[in-house]
Amino acid sequence: MSGPSTYEPKYAAERWLDKRLPIVRMSVDFMGFPSPRNLNYWYAFGGILTLCLMAQIITGIILAMHYTPHVDLAFDSVQRIRRDVPFGWLLQPMHAVGASMFFLAVYIHMFRGMFYGSYKNPRELLWIIGCLIYLAMMATGFLGYTLPWGQMSFWGATVITGFFGAIPVVGESLQQWLLGGYSVGNPTLQRFFSLHYLLPFVIAALVGLHIWAVHHVGQNNPIGIEPKSKSDTLPFHPFYTMKDAFAIAVFLMIFALFVFYLPDALGHADNYQRADPMKTPPHIVPEWYFLPFYAILRAVPDKLLGIILMFAAIAVLFILPWLDTSKVRSMRFRPVTKWFFIIFLVMGFILGWCGARSPDDIAIPIGDGGMTFKWLSRIATLYYFAYFFPILPVMGWIEKTKPLPESITKAVLSGDA
Amino acid sequence: MSDTDKFDEHHNGEGDEPTRRDFIYIATAAAAAVGGGAFAWPLVSQMSAAGDTRAAGSIEIDLSKVSEGQQLKVLWRGKPVFVRYRTQKEIDEADAVDIETLRDPETDDARFVANPEGKINKHLLVMVGVCTHFGCIPVGEAGDFDGWYCPCHGSHYDTSGRIRKGPAPTNMVIPKYAYISDTVIKVG
Repeated sequence: MSGPSTYEPKYAAERWLDKRLPIVRMSVDFMGFPSPRNLNYWYAFGGILTLCLMAQIITGIILAMHYTPHVDLAFDSVQRIRRDVPFGWLLQPMHAVGASMFFLAVYIHMFRGMFYGSYKNPRELLWIIGCLIYLAMMATGFLGYTLPWGQMSFWGATVITGFFGAIPVVGESLQQWLLGGYSVGNPTLQRFFSLHYLLPFVIAALVGLHIWAVHHVGQNNPIGIEPKSKSDTLPFHPFYTMKDAFAIAVFLMIFALFVFYLPDALGHADNYQRADPMKTPPHIVPEWYFLPFYAILRAVPDKLLGIILMFAAIAVLFILPWLDTSKVRSMRFRPVTKWFFIIFLVMGFILGWCGARSPDDIAIPIGDGGMTFKWLSRIATLYYFAYFFPILPVMGWIEKTKPLPESITKAVLSGDA
Repeated sequence: MSDTDKFDEHHNGEGDEPTRRDFIYIATAAAAAVGGGAFAWPLVSQMSAAGDTRAAGSIEIDLSKVSEGQQLKVLWRGKPVFVRYRTQKEIDEADAVDIETLRDPETDDARFVANPEGKINKHLLVMVGVCTHFGCIPVGEAGDFDGWYCPCHGSHYDTSGRIRKGPAPTNMVIPKYAYISDTVIKVG
């Protein structure tokens, strides 16, 4: 995709095909894509994520063969898949655990991009497409969690669609339009199923653009300087296909651990109760991958402001390339900002912790009382936004960065890469 | 490109004058926009509540089934309607509140519908039992104000269903209802 093609057909059949449809040429050039020679294992998550998407689509299509999107039948059809359908006990948890693994990988992938400054010129659009993928993943995850029609499915859907009801003036009509009724019900379940089936293909299309963009601008790397000569790069295949394959094997071991030994560890026990519109579970929590945003939502006492902040927490990612004013990409050469980033990471975990707990419970005991989760999440929310503004723009101007290596090759040979 | 320019110049003479070709472009685009909109409308509108969903929007409730201190929960439009037979103590508590201090100021009396004789029965509170924050169902006889408490995000309502503490923005909703006999109401 970048540079002239290096493919030379060896056999008559290949030459025949190449003249008519250069599909082998395209694949060979695609896989031979020159990649920086210093990529570490944090760069394996792109490959892992591609695998996750394929696994979700395959298991999802299979589950749809056995699932019934109707309020009276959905819960039982999922239980039937788990009990009676041949290998359903394997396929259903693969899909449910797979969603969690997908998010685990995407968070690592995103934090890797943030640490090595992979969103900076000329990779802004690559980053934004990635943010769109993340957004589509969140929508898909939410819609999918509704489908088993357990208590958490139902009440999660009620709370999330309630966000739209908070919009002034048009909120209530908008909410009714989304739900197809006065409350979450059968029309809601059916459209959620339809859209849950659609969105992964939208994600696949966005992934196509994402990969196209990365092939056009080239991969970033841990020291964040562009490859300058041929010795700075390696062909993607076989060097990084092998490295990715090893990472994928390790990732699949963790995946298998959950599927076979802890299939429900990442879910919620209440979702084994059939949805009941007359009874709210005592403690509604979203899936773990939404917890930080849920904590931001609950950090503010005002309903609309909470929703705005929660969406802003995602929206701010889109403008990150312009908020970080530093010319140096990698945090390895940014001695102060690196620590702000590490605190940002810790605050992300704290927000997740706060989202899982009751706002009025004590998080940090001091004497008789202490700090409640509400206040802890307020501090973490403040830092979350402060990292994007003013910390990043200001640090870009005032920080004295470490000297950058001359080239990737030199850095590798001196052991700095 | 330059060929096209010459072609346009040839027919146009004056560069700024709209040509017949410009007109046909605009007319085509306008027709396509109207057609696209007409096609999109049903695609968007189909998601609204369907006829049968809307038709099932009203129910009758027999209030005589509730006795003092009890609460009846009836499903209406997929949400519970609370019919609470309030004790005298609860009514007094609701009346004693200073309206000025409320987030969503409303007197207790304003939360009732008159029966055919034009009187309100302050014992029987009928309201949509849905927290105005994110739609959870509050627990009765709980919270700091002896009314309802929402377990989801900690909103406290008083014995009149008015928001007193927590993130919910407004009082619990009183549905549109009317007495169709002394003891039966029609909701919706």
